[in-house]
Amino acid sequence: MTTLDRRTGTTPPAGGSTPARREKAPGERDGLMRALPLISTPVLLLLLIGGWQFTVSVIGVSQFILPAPLDVWRSLVDLLTGGTIWRDVWITLYEVLLGFVIAVVVGTVAGAVLGRVVWLERALQPALVALQVIPKVAFIPIFVIWFGFGTTSKVIMAAILAFFPIMLNVMLGVRSVDRGHRDVMRGLGASRWATFRDLELPSTLPYIFAGAEVGIVFAVIGAIVGEYLGGSEGLGHLVVRSLNALDAPQLFAVIVLLAIMGSLLYAAVTLTKRLLIPWHDSVSGVSP
Amino acid sequence: MTISEPDVAVRPGAVPATEGRPAQLEVTGVDKVYQARRGEVHALSNVDLSIGRGEFISLVGRSGCGKTTLLRILAGLLAPSSGTVTADGESTWRGGKRNDEAFAQFGLVFQDANLFPWYTIADNIALPLKLRGVARRARRARAAELCELVGLPGFENAYPRELSGGMRQRAAIARALSYDPKILLMDEPFGALDALTRDRMNLELQTIHAQAGATVVFVTHSINEAVFLADRVVLLTPRPGRIRSITPVPVARPRSLETETTTEFQTVVRRLRHELDEE
Repeated sequence: MTTLDRRTGTTPPAGGSTPARREKAPGERDGLMRALPLISTPVLLLLLIGGWQFTVSVIGVSQFILPAPLDVWRSLVDLLTGGTIWRDVWITLYEVLLGFVIAVVVGTVAGAVLGRVVWLERALQPALVALQVIPKVAFIPIFVIWFGFGTTSKVIMAAILAFFPIMLNVMLGVRSVDRGHRDVMRGLGASRWATFRDLELPSTLPYIFAGAEVGIVFAVIGAIVGEYLGGSEGLGHLVVRSLNALDAPQLFAVIVLLAIMGSLLYAAVTLTKRLLIPWHDSVSGVSP
Repeated sequence: MTISEPDVAVRPGAVPATEGRPAQLEVTGVDKVYQARRGEVHALSNVDLSIGRGEFISLVGRSGCGKTTLLRILAGLLAPSSGTVTADGESTWRGGKRNDEAFAQFGLVFQDANLFPWYTIADNIALPLKLRGVARRARRARAAELCELVGLPGFENAYPRELSGGMRQRAAIARALSYDPKILLMDEPFGALDALTRDRMNLELQTIHAQAGATVVFVTHSINEAVFLADRVVLLTPRPGRIRSITPVPVARPRSLETETTTEFQTVVRRLRHELDEE
Protein backbone atom coordinates (compact mmCIF):
# COMPACT_ATOMS: atom_id res chain seq x y z
CA MET A 1 0.00 0.00 0.00
CA THR A 2 2.91 2.34 0.44
CA THR A 3 5.09 1.22 -2.40
CA LEU A 4 3.32 2.91 -5.24
CA ASP A 5 4.85 6.35 -5.28
CA ARG A 6 8.55 5.65 -5.14
CA ARG A 7 9.33 8.18 -7.76
CA THR A 8 7.70 11.15 -6.16
CA GLY A 9 10.94 11.49 -4.25
CA THR A 10 12.90 13.25 -6.94
CA THR A 11 11.34 16.53 -7.83
CA PRO A 12 14.28 18.73 -8.72
CA PRO A 13 13.76 22.14 -7.20
CA ALA A 14 14.19 24.82 -9.80
CA GLY A 15 17.05 26.73 -8.26
CA GLY A 16 19.75 29.02 -9.46
CA SER A 17 19.44 32.44 -10.91
CA THR A 18 16.37 32.63 -13.06
CA PRO A 19 17.17 34.41 -16.30
CA ALA A 20 13.93 36.31 -16.64
CA ARG A 21 12.89 39.10 -14.38
CA ARG A 22 9.85 38.15 -12.38
CA GLU A 23 6.73 40.14 -13.00
CA LYS A 24 4.63 41.22 -10.10
CA ALA A 25 0.92 40.65 -10.41
CA PRO A 26 -1.27 43.62 -9.52
CA GLY A 27 -1.58 43.82 -5.74
CA GLU A 28 -5.30 43.11 -5.67
CA ARG A 29 -5.05 39.86 -7.57
CA ASP A 30 -2.01 38.89 -5.55
CA GLY A 31 -3.93 39.30 -2.31
CA LEU A 32 -6.87 37.30 -3.63
CA MET A 33 -4.60 34.45 -4.71
CA ARG A 34 -3.05 34.44 -1.26
CA ALA A 35 -6.42 34.31 0.49
CA LEU A 36 -7.90 31.72 -1.86
CA PRO A 37 -6.84 28.57 0.06
CA LEU A 38 -8.11 30.14 3.27
CA ILE A 39 -11.55 30.38 1.71
CA SER A 40 -11.54 27.19 -0.35
CA THR A 41 -10.36 24.86 2.42
CA PRO A 42 -13.27 25.49 4.83
CA VAL A 43 -15.66 25.26 1.87
CA LEU A 44 -14.22 21.89 0.84
CA LEU A 45 -14.38 20.63 4.43
CA LEU A 46 -18.01 21.74 4.73
CA LEU A 47 -18.84 20.00 1.46
CA LEU A 48 -17.14 16.82 2.65
CA ILE A 49 -18.90 16.77 6.02
CA GLY A 50 -22.22 17.78 4.43
CA GLY A 51 -21.99 15.01 1.84
CA TRP A 52 -21.00 12.60 4.58
CA GLN A 53 -23.97 13.55 6.77
CA PHE A 54 -26.22 13.35 3.71
CA THR A 55 -25.04 9.83 2.91
CA VAL A 56 -25.68 8.71 6.46
CA SER A 57 -29.05 10.33 7.15
CA VAL A 58 -30.69 10.40 3.72
CA ILE A 59 -29.35 7.25 2.06
CA GLY A 60 -29.28 5.47 5.40
CA VAL A 61 -25.92 3.68 5.36
CA SER A 62 -25.39 1.41 8.35
CA GLN A 63 -23.45 3.16 11.11
CA PHE A 64 -21.09 0.20 11.30
CA ILE A 65 -19.97 1.04 7.81
CA LEU A 66 -20.12 4.81 7.99
CA PRO A 67 -20.80 6.51 11.32
CA ALA A 68 -22.35 9.97 11.31
CA PRO A 69 -19.95 12.95 11.55
CA LEU A 70 -21.37 13.90 14.91
CA ASP A 71 -20.72 10.40 16.32
CA VAL A 72 -17.13 10.61 15.13
CA TRP A 73 -16.81 14.03 16.71
CA ARG A 74 -18.15 12.71 20.01
CA SER A 75 -15.77 9.79 19.88
CA LEU A 76 -12.90 12.16 19.15
CA VAL A 77 -13.79 14.34 22.13
CA ASP A 78 -14.05 11.22 24.33
CA LEU A 79 -10.63 10.08 23.17
CA LEU A 80 -8.99 13.44 23.76
CA THR A 81 -10.53 13.92 27.19
CA GLY A 82 -10.06 10.26 28.18
CA GLY A 83 -6.34 10.76 28.73
CA THR A 84 -4.94 7.44 27.53
CA ILE A 85 -4.83 8.64 23.92
CA TRP A 86 -1.96 11.02 24.63
CA ARG A 87 0.37 8.16 25.32
CA ASP A 88 -0.49 6.65 21.92
CA VAL A 89 -0.01 10.04 20.24
CA TRP A 90 3.33 10.46 21.90
CA ILE A 91 4.51 6.96 20.93
CA THR A 92 3.62 7.41 17.28
CA LEU A 93 5.08 10.91 17.20
CA TYR A 94 8.29 9.61 18.75
CA GLU A 95 8.60 6.84 16.17
CA VAL A 96 7.95 9.21 13.26
CA LEU A 97 10.29 11.95 14.44
CA LEU A 98 13.17 9.69 15.43
CA GLY A 99 12.87 7.73 12.18
CA PHE A 100 12.69 10.95 10.18
CA VAL A 101 15.72 12.51 11.85
CA ILE A 102 17.74 9.34 11.26
CA ALA A 103 16.64 9.38 7.61
CA VAL A 104 17.61 13.04 7.17
CA VAL A 105 21.06 12.54 8.66
CA VAL A 106 21.89 9.22 7.00
CA GLY A 107 20.15 10.16 3.74
CA THR A 108 22.03 13.47 3.45
CA VAL A 109 25.40 11.90 4.17
CA ALA A 110 24.78 8.94 1.84
CA GLY A 111 23.40 11.19 -0.89
CA ALA A 112 26.34 13.56 -0.63
CA VAL A 113 28.87 10.72 -0.80
CA LEU A 114 27.14 8.93 -3.68
CA GLY A 115 26.68 12.24 -5.50
CA ARG A 116 30.38 13.00 -5.37
CA VAL A 117 31.97 9.55 -5.71
CA VAL A 118 30.84 8.49 -9.14
CA TRP A 119 32.37 5.00 -9.13
CA LEU A 120 30.70 4.16 -5.83
CA GLU A 121 27.33 5.27 -7.14
CA ARG A 122 27.81 3.17 -10.27
CA ALA A 123 28.84 0.16 -8.21
CA LEU A 124 25.89 0.45 -5.85
CA GLN A 125 23.26 1.50 -8.35
CA PRO A 126 21.77 -1.95 -9.04
CA ALA A 127 21.57 -2.64 -5.32
CA LEU A 128 19.98 0.74 -4.70
CA VAL A 129 17.38 0.21 -7.40
CA ALA A 130 16.60 -3.25 -6.02
CA LEU A 131 16.20 -1.83 -2.52
CA GLN A 132 13.93 0.90 -3.80
CA VAL A 133 11.72 -1.47 -5.72
CA ILE A 134 11.23 -3.88 -2.85
CA PRO A 135 8.00 -3.16 -0.96
CA LYS A 136 9.72 -2.26 2.25
CA VAL A 137 6.68 -2.68 4.48
CA ALA A 138 7.00 -6.40 3.78
CA PHE A 139 10.00 -6.33 6.09
CA ILE A 140 8.01 -5.27 9.12
CA PRO A 141 7.39 -8.83 10.38
CA ILE A 142 11.12 -9.48 10.10
CA PHE A 143 11.90 -6.32 12.07
CA VAL A 144 9.38 -7.42 14.67
CA ILE A 145 11.18 -10.76 14.98
CA TRP A 146 14.51 -8.98 15.28
CA PHE A 147 13.60 -5.97 17.40
CA GLY A 148 10.41 -7.01 19.13
CA PHE A 149 6.99 -5.43 19.34
CA GLY A 150 8.32 -2.19 20.84
CA THR A 151 9.02 1.10 19.13
CA THR A 152 12.39 0.14 17.62
CA SER A 153 10.97 -1.80 14.70
CA LYS A 154 8.65 1.13 13.82
CA VAL A 155 11.43 3.69 14.07
CA ILE A 156 13.48 1.61 11.66
CA MET A 157 10.54 1.27 9.28
CA ALA A 158 9.89 5.02 9.34
CA ALA A 159 13.59 5.73 8.78
CA ILE A 160 13.88 3.31 5.85
CA LEU A 161 10.84 4.69 4.07
CA ALA A 162 11.94 8.31 4.55
CA PHE A 163 15.56 7.57 3.66
CA PHE A 164 15.21 6.96 -0.09
CA PRO A 165 13.54 10.19 -1.23
CA ILE A 166 15.99 12.19 0.87
CA MET A 167 19.07 10.34 -0.36
CA LEU A 168 18.00 10.52 -4.01
CA ASN A 169 17.31 14.23 -3.80
CA VAL A 170 20.58 15.02 -2.08
CA MET A 171 22.46 12.97 -4.68
CA LEU A 172 20.79 15.00 -7.39
CA GLY A 173 21.44 18.23 -5.49
CA VAL A 174 25.14 17.58 -5.03
CA ARG A 175 25.45 16.98 -8.77
CA SER A 176 23.38 20.00 -9.71
CA VAL A 177 25.73 22.59 -8.26
CA ASP A 178 25.89 25.19 -11.01
CA ARG A 179 29.08 25.03 -13.11
CA GLY A 180 29.20 28.78 -13.40
CA HIS A 181 29.01 29.06 -9.62
CA ARG A 182 31.83 26.55 -9.34
CA ASP A 183 33.93 28.64 -11.74
CA VAL A 184 33.39 31.66 -9.51
CA MET A 185 34.70 29.81 -6.47
CA ARG A 186 37.62 28.26 -8.37
CA GLY A 187 38.49 31.60 -9.89
CA LEU A 188 38.68 33.05 -6.40
CA GLY A 189 40.90 30.20 -5.27
CA ALA A 190 38.37 29.20 -2.60
CA SER A 191 39.35 26.45 -0.16
CA ARG A 192 37.46 23.14 0.08
CA TRP A 193 35.74 24.29 3.25
CA ALA A 194 34.75 27.69 1.82
CA THR A 195 33.38 26.02 -1.31
CA PHE A 196 31.27 23.76 0.88
CA ARG A 197 30.07 26.57 3.15
CA ASP A 198 29.32 29.23 0.55
CA LEU A 199 28.34 27.12 -2.45
CA GLU A 200 27.69 23.40 -2.04
CA LEU A 201 25.66 23.46 1.17
CA PRO A 202 23.35 26.35 0.26
CA SER A 203 22.76 25.05 -3.26
CA THR A 204 21.96 21.54 -1.93
CA LEU A 205 19.60 22.72 0.83
CA PRO A 206 16.57 23.05 -1.48
CA TYR A 207 17.09 19.42 -2.53
CA ILE A 208 17.39 18.26 1.06
CA PHE A 209 14.07 19.95 1.79
CA ALA A 210 12.42 18.53 -1.32
CA GLY A 211 13.43 15.10 -0.02
CA ALA A 212 12.42 15.91 3.55
CA GLU A 213 8.93 16.99 2.50
CA VAL A 214 8.35 13.60 0.92
CA GLY A 215 10.31 11.88 3.69
CA ILE A 216 8.16 13.13 6.56
CA VAL A 217 5.04 11.79 4.87
CA PHE A 218 6.73 8.42 4.30
CA ALA A 219 7.93 8.33 7.90
CA VAL A 220 4.34 8.67 9.14
CA ILE A 221 3.30 5.84 6.83
CA GLY A 222 6.18 3.66 8.03
CA ALA A 223 5.39 4.15 11.71
CA ILE A 224 1.66 3.54 11.33
CA VAL A 225 1.94 0.50 9.11
CA GLY A 226 4.50 -0.84 11.56
CA GLU A 227 2.00 -0.44 14.38
CA TYR A 228 -0.73 -2.07 12.30
CA LEU A 229 1.29 -5.18 11.71
CA GLY A 230 3.24 -5.67 14.88
CA GLY A 231 2.41 -3.17 17.54
CA SER A 232 1.16 -3.04 21.06
CA GLU A 233 0.71 0.71 21.37
CA GLY A 234 0.54 3.90 19.31
CA LEU A 235 -2.17 5.39 17.11
CA GLY A 236 -1.77 2.72 14.42
CA HIS A 237 -2.38 0.05 17.01
CA LEU A 238 -5.38 1.99 18.30
CA VAL A 239 -6.83 1.77 14.78
CA VAL A 240 -6.46 -2.00 14.93
CA ARG A 241 -8.00 -2.12 18.42
CA SER A 242 -10.98 -0.02 17.27
CA LEU A 243 -11.44 -2.33 14.32
CA ASN A 244 -11.41 -5.42 16.52
CA ALA A 245 -13.97 -3.80 18.80
CA LEU A 246 -16.04 -2.88 15.73
CA ASP A 247 -16.03 0.69 17.07
CA ALA A 248 -16.42 2.54 13.76
CA PRO A 249 -16.74 6.05 15.26
CA GLN A 250 -13.48 5.62 17.17
CA LEU A 251 -11.78 4.18 14.09
CA PHE A 252 -12.72 7.30 12.18
CA ALA A 253 -11.70 9.53 15.06
CA VAL A 254 -8.22 8.02 15.17
CA ILE A 255 -7.86 8.46 11.43
CA VAL A 256 -8.78 12.14 11.85
CA LEU A 257 -6.09 12.41 14.52
CA LEU A 258 -3.55 10.79 12.21
CA ALA A 259 -4.48 13.20 9.44
CA ILE A 260 -4.01 16.15 11.77
CA MET A 261 -0.68 14.81 12.98
CA GLY A 262 0.56 14.22 9.45
CA SER A 263 -0.46 17.71 8.37
CA LEU A 264 1.25 19.35 11.34
CA LEU A 265 4.47 17.44 10.73
CA TYR A 266 4.46 18.35 7.06
CA ALA A 267 3.74 21.97 7.96
CA ALA A 268 6.68 21.93 10.37
CA VAL A 269 9.04 20.80 7.61
CA THR A 270 7.69 23.40 5.18
CA LEU A 271 8.00 26.11 7.79
CA THR A 272 11.61 25.17 8.47
CA LYS A 273 12.23 25.35 4.73
CA ARG A 274 10.73 28.82 4.55
CA LEU A 275 12.97 29.98 7.36
CA LEU A 276 16.15 28.42 6.00
CA ILE A 277 15.89 29.05 2.26
CA PRO A 278 13.72 32.14 1.83
CA TRP A 279 15.61 32.92 -1.38
CA HIS A 280 14.52 29.78 -3.23
CA ASP A 281 11.87 29.77 -5.96
CA SER A 282 9.86 27.07 -4.18
CA VAL A 283 9.50 29.43 -1.23
CA SER A 284 9.27 32.91 -2.68
CA GLY A 285 6.74 31.54 -5.09
CA VAL A 286 7.02 32.11 -8.80
CA SER A 287 3.30 32.07 -9.48
CA PRO A 288 2.44 29.62 -12.25
CA MET B 1 45.27 56.11 -20.07
CA THR B 2 45.16 57.64 -23.55
CA ILE B 3 47.46 56.22 -26.08
CA SER B 4 48.56 57.35 -29.49
CA GLU B 5 50.03 54.61 -31.54
CA PRO B 6 50.57 54.59 -35.29
CA ASP B 7 47.54 53.69 -37.31
CA VAL B 8 48.80 50.35 -38.55
CA ALA B 9 47.72 46.84 -37.99
CA VAL B 10 50.56 44.72 -36.80
CA ARG B 11 50.94 41.18 -38.01
CA PRO B 12 51.72 38.40 -35.61
CA GLY B 13 55.35 37.65 -35.39
CA ALA B 14 56.08 41.33 -35.61
CA VAL B 15 54.10 42.16 -32.52
CA PRO B 16 55.93 44.80 -30.56
CA ALA B 17 55.91 44.68 -26.83
CA THR B 18 53.44 47.24 -25.60
CA GLU B 19 55.68 50.22 -25.68
CA GLY B 20 56.29 52.01 -22.45
CA ARG B 21 54.34 49.49 -20.42
CA PRO B 22 55.90 46.64 -18.53
CA ALA B 23 54.17 43.37 -19.44
CA GLN B 24 51.78 42.16 -16.79
CA LEU B 25 50.42 39.06 -18.47
CA GLU B 26 52.74 37.05 -20.64
CA VAL B 27 51.44 34.17 -22.73
CA THR B 28 54.19 32.10 -24.34
CA GLY B 29 53.67 29.24 -26.76
CA VAL B 30 50.38 28.14 -25.26
CA ASP B 31 48.73 25.06 -26.76
CA LYS B 32 45.48 23.51 -25.71
CA VAL B 33 44.39 20.08 -26.89
CA TYR B 34 41.10 18.60 -25.74
CA GLN B 35 40.55 14.88 -25.66
CA ALA B 36 37.25 14.48 -27.46
CA ARG B 37 35.44 11.27 -28.25
CA ARG B 38 36.60 11.44 -31.85
CA GLY B 39 40.27 12.01 -31.24
CA GLU B 40 41.89 15.26 -30.31
CA VAL B 41 40.62 18.77 -30.76
CA HIS B 42 43.29 21.39 -31.16
CA ALA B 43 41.66 24.37 -29.46
CA LEU B 44 44.69 26.64 -29.28
CA SER B 45 47.94 26.52 -31.14
CA ASN B 46 51.12 28.33 -30.21
CA VAL B 47 49.59 31.47 -28.77
CA ASP B 48 51.98 34.28 -27.82
CA LEU B 49 50.63 37.42 -26.26
CA SER B 50 52.08 40.11 -24.10
CA ILE B 51 49.70 42.37 -22.24
CA GLY B 52 50.87 45.57 -20.62
CA ARG B 53 49.93 47.00 -17.25
CA GLY B 54 46.66 48.92 -17.39
CA GLU B 55 46.07 47.88 -20.97
CA PHE B 56 42.62 46.98 -22.32
CA ILE B 57 42.76 44.01 -24.69
CA SER B 58 39.79 42.64 -26.63
CA LEU B 59 39.80 39.08 -27.93
CA VAL B 60 37.53 38.66 -30.96
CA GLY B 61 36.82 35.87 -33.39
CA ARG B 62 34.15 33.51 -34.61
CA SER B 63 32.72 30.98 -32.25
CA GLY B 64 35.05 28.04 -31.86
CA CYS B 65 38.17 30.14 -32.38
CA GLY B 66 39.35 29.42 -28.85
CA LYS B 67 38.86 32.87 -27.35
CA THR B 68 36.99 31.53 -24.35
CA THR B 69 39.52 28.72 -24.00
CA LEU B 70 42.31 31.30 -23.95
CA LEU B 71 40.51 33.35 -21.33
CA ARG B 72 39.85 30.30 -19.16
CA ILE B 73 43.52 29.43 -19.34
CA LEU B 74 44.42 32.99 -18.34
CA ALA B 75 41.92 32.74 -15.48
CA GLY B 76 43.36 29.47 -14.24
CA LEU B 77 40.15 27.52 -14.84
CA LEU B 78 41.84 25.42 -17.50
CA ALA B 79 45.40 24.14 -17.67
CA PRO B 80 47.31 24.72 -20.92
CA SER B 81 48.52 21.55 -22.64
CA SER B 82 51.88 23.23 -23.14
CA GLY B 83 53.35 26.69 -22.94
CA THR B 84 53.44 29.10 -20.03
CA VAL B 85 51.40 31.96 -18.67
CA THR B 86 52.98 34.38 -16.25
CA ALA B 87 51.36 37.14 -14.27
CA ASP B 88 53.77 39.76 -12.93
CA GLY B 89 56.55 37.38 -13.83
CA GLU B 90 55.10 34.55 -11.77
CA SER B 91 54.05 31.35 -13.45
CA THR B 92 50.33 30.68 -13.04
CA TRP B 93 50.58 26.93 -13.55
CA ARG B 94 53.15 24.76 -11.86
CA GLY B 95 53.32 21.21 -13.11
CA GLY B 96 49.62 21.09 -13.95
CA LYS B 97 48.67 22.65 -10.61
CA ARG B 98 46.99 26.00 -10.32
CA ASN B 99 49.16 28.50 -8.52
CA ASP B 100 46.44 30.13 -6.42
CA GLU B 101 48.79 32.85 -5.19
CA ALA B 102 49.48 34.11 -8.69
CA PHE B 103 45.73 34.41 -9.25
CA ALA B 104 45.07 36.47 -6.15
CA GLN B 105 45.17 39.64 -8.24
CA PHE B 106 42.69 38.38 -10.86
CA GLY B 107 39.06 39.38 -11.15
CA LEU B 108 36.69 37.32 -13.30
CA VAL B 109 33.42 38.21 -14.99
CA PHE B 110 31.53 35.56 -16.94
CA GLN B 111 28.83 35.59 -19.58
CA ASP B 112 26.30 34.80 -16.85
CA ALA B 113 26.36 36.92 -13.74
CA ASN B 114 26.70 33.72 -11.65
CA LEU B 115 25.50 35.44 -8.52
CA PHE B 116 24.62 33.11 -5.66
CA PRO B 117 20.84 33.26 -5.26
CA TRP B 118 21.09 32.59 -1.52
CA TYR B 119 23.09 35.75 -0.85
CA THR B 120 21.98 39.36 -1.07
CA ILE B 121 23.65 41.62 -3.61
CA ALA B 122 25.92 43.00 -0.88
CA ASP B 123 26.93 39.50 0.25
CA ASN B 124 27.53 38.45 -3.35
CA ILE B 125 29.70 41.47 -4.06
CA ALA B 126 31.67 40.96 -0.86
CA LEU B 127 32.06 37.18 -1.29
CA PRO B 128 35.73 37.44 -2.42
CA LEU B 129 36.41 39.55 0.68
CA LYS B 130 34.74 36.95 2.88
CA LEU B 131 37.03 34.30 1.42
CA ARG B 132 39.96 36.56 2.27
CA GLY B 133 38.85 36.85 5.87
CA VAL B 134 37.80 40.51 5.79
CA ALA B 135 35.57 41.42 8.74
CA ARG B 136 31.84 41.67 8.19
CA ARG B 137 31.59 45.39 8.86
CA ALA B 138 34.36 46.22 6.39
CA ARG B 139 32.72 43.97 3.80
CA ARG B 140 29.42 45.79 4.09
CA ALA B 141 31.10 49.16 3.72
CA ARG B 142 32.99 48.01 0.63
CA ALA B 143 29.84 46.48 -0.90
CA ALA B 144 27.93 49.72 -0.44
CA GLU B 145 30.79 51.62 -2.07
CA LEU B 146 30.82 49.23 -5.05
CA CYS B 147 27.04 49.34 -5.45
CA GLU B 148 27.48 53.06 -5.87
CA LEU B 149 30.29 52.60 -8.40
CA VAL B 150 28.39 50.21 -10.67
CA GLY B 151 25.11 52.09 -10.40
CA LEU B 152 23.22 49.85 -7.99
CA PRO B 153 22.84 52.13 -4.98
CA GLY B 154 20.19 50.97 -2.55
CA PHE B 155 20.17 47.38 -3.82
CA GLU B 156 22.52 46.02 -1.17
CA ASN B 157 19.85 43.93 0.52
CA ALA B 158 18.04 42.80 -2.62
CA TYR B 159 18.35 39.21 -3.82
CA PRO B 160 19.69 38.51 -7.34
CA ARG B 161 16.27 37.27 -8.48
CA GLU B 162 14.84 40.72 -7.88
CA LEU B 163 17.26 42.33 -10.34
CA SER B 164 17.20 42.57 -14.12
CA GLY B 165 19.88 40.90 -16.26
CA GLY B 166 21.85 44.11 -16.69
CA MET B 167 21.75 44.88 -12.99
CA ARG B 168 22.92 41.38 -12.14
CA GLN B 169 25.81 41.71 -14.54
CA ARG B 170 26.79 44.97 -12.86
CA ALA B 171 26.74 43.24 -9.49
CA ALA B 172 29.01 40.56 -10.97
CA ILE B 173 31.44 43.26 -12.11
CA ALA B 174 31.30 44.81 -8.64
CA ARG B 175 32.11 41.40 -7.15
CA ALA B 176 35.15 41.11 -9.43
CA LEU B 177 36.28 44.59 -8.44
CA SER B 178 35.74 44.10 -4.70
CA TYR B 179 39.36 43.30 -3.91
CA ASP B 180 40.88 45.76 -6.39
CA PRO B 181 42.27 43.19 -8.81
CA LYS B 182 45.13 44.25 -11.03
CA ILE B 183 43.84 42.08 -13.86
CA LEU B 184 40.22 41.82 -14.94
CA LEU B 185 39.21 38.95 -17.24
CA MET B 186 35.79 39.21 -18.86
CA ASP B 187 34.15 36.53 -20.98
CA GLU B 188 31.40 38.10 -23.12
CA PRO B 189 30.02 39.76 -20.01
CA PHE B 190 27.38 41.70 -21.92
CA GLY B 191 26.52 39.01 -24.47
CA ALA B 192 23.11 38.32 -22.99
CA LEU B 193 22.06 41.97 -22.74
CA ASP B 194 19.98 44.01 -25.15
CA ALA B 195 21.79 46.50 -27.41
CA LEU B 196 20.86 49.61 -25.44
CA THR B 197 21.89 48.21 -22.08
CA ARG B 198 25.04 46.90 -23.68
CA ASP B 199 26.02 50.36 -24.93
CA ARG B 200 25.52 51.76 -21.48
CA MET B 201 27.47 48.97 -19.84
CA ASN B 202 30.35 49.53 -22.27
CA LEU B 203 30.49 53.21 -21.34
CA GLU B 204 30.43 52.32 -17.67
CA LEU B 205 33.12 49.69 -18.11
CA GLN B 206 35.33 52.29 -19.78
CA THR B 207 34.88 54.58 -16.78
CA ILE B 208 35.56 51.77 -14.32
CA HIS B 209 38.68 50.79 -16.25
CA ALA B 210 39.92 54.37 -16.20
CA GLN B 211 39.24 54.69 -12.47
CA ALA B 212 40.50 51.32 -11.33
CA GLY B 213 43.48 51.31 -13.67
CA ALA B 214 43.34 47.53 -14.00
CA THR B 215 44.52 45.51 -16.95
CA VAL B 216 41.51 44.11 -18.80
CA VAL B 217 41.17 41.16 -21.16
CA PHE B 218 37.72 41.23 -22.72
CA VAL B 219 36.29 38.43 -24.87
CA THR B 220 33.52 39.33 -27.31
CA HIS B 221 32.25 38.34 -30.72
CA SER B 222 31.19 41.89 -31.53
CA ILE B 223 33.86 43.77 -33.45
CA ASN B 224 32.25 47.10 -32.61
CA GLU B 225 32.32 46.36 -28.92
CA ALA B 226 35.89 45.09 -29.11
CA VAL B 227 37.14 48.22 -30.89
CA PHE B 228 35.14 50.56 -28.72
CA LEU B 229 36.68 49.26 -25.50
CA ALA B 230 40.16 48.16 -26.42
CA ASP B 231 43.63 49.60 -26.69
CA ARG B 232 44.49 46.61 -28.87
CA VAL B 233 42.21 44.08 -30.53
CA VAL B 234 43.45 40.50 -30.80
CA LEU B 235 41.80 38.58 -33.64
CA LEU B 236 41.72 34.81 -33.33
CA THR B 237 40.98 32.31 -36.09
CA PRO B 238 39.69 28.79 -35.57
CA ARG B 239 40.93 25.27 -36.32
CA PRO B 240 43.28 25.42 -34.57
CA GLY B 241 42.70 28.59 -32.58
CA ARG B 242 45.57 30.99 -33.07
CA ILE B 243 46.23 34.69 -33.18
CA ARG B 244 45.76 36.11 -36.65
CA SER B 245 46.43 39.74 -35.95
CA ILE B 246 46.80 42.31 -33.22
CA THR B 247 45.36 45.70 -34.08
CA PRO B 248 45.94 48.85 -32.05
CA VAL B 249 42.98 51.19 -31.73
CA PRO B 250 44.33 54.73 -32.09
CA VAL B 251 41.18 56.41 -30.86
CA ALA B 252 41.43 58.88 -28.00
CA ARG B 253 39.75 58.26 -24.64
CA PRO B 254 37.30 58.77 -23.16
CA ARG B 255 35.24 57.40 -26.01
CA SER B 256 31.56 58.12 -26.40
CA LEU B 257 28.87 56.56 -28.54
CA GLU B 258 29.62 59.25 -31.18
CA THR B 259 33.16 57.94 -31.38
CA GLU B 260 31.80 54.98 -33.27
CA THR B 261 30.90 57.24 -36.18
CA THR B 262 34.40 58.70 -36.57
CA THR B 263 36.59 57.64 -39.46
CA GLU B 264 39.42 56.34 -37.27
CA PHE B 265 37.01 54.05 -35.49
CA GLN B 266 35.36 52.91 -38.69
CA THR B 267 38.75 52.25 -40.31
CA VAL B 268 39.75 49.84 -37.56
CA VAL B 269 36.36 48.12 -37.61
CA ARG B 270 36.45 47.74 -41.40
CA ARG B 271 39.94 46.28 -41.36
CA LEU B 272 39.02 43.73 -38.69
CA ARG B 273 35.84 42.79 -40.48
CA HIS B 274 37.82 42.34 -43.69
CA GLU B 275 40.28 40.05 -41.94
CA LEU B 276 37.46 37.97 -40.52
CA ASP B 277 35.92 37.61 -43.98
CA GLU B 278 39.21 36.52 -45.51
CA GLU B 279 39.20 33.29 -43.55
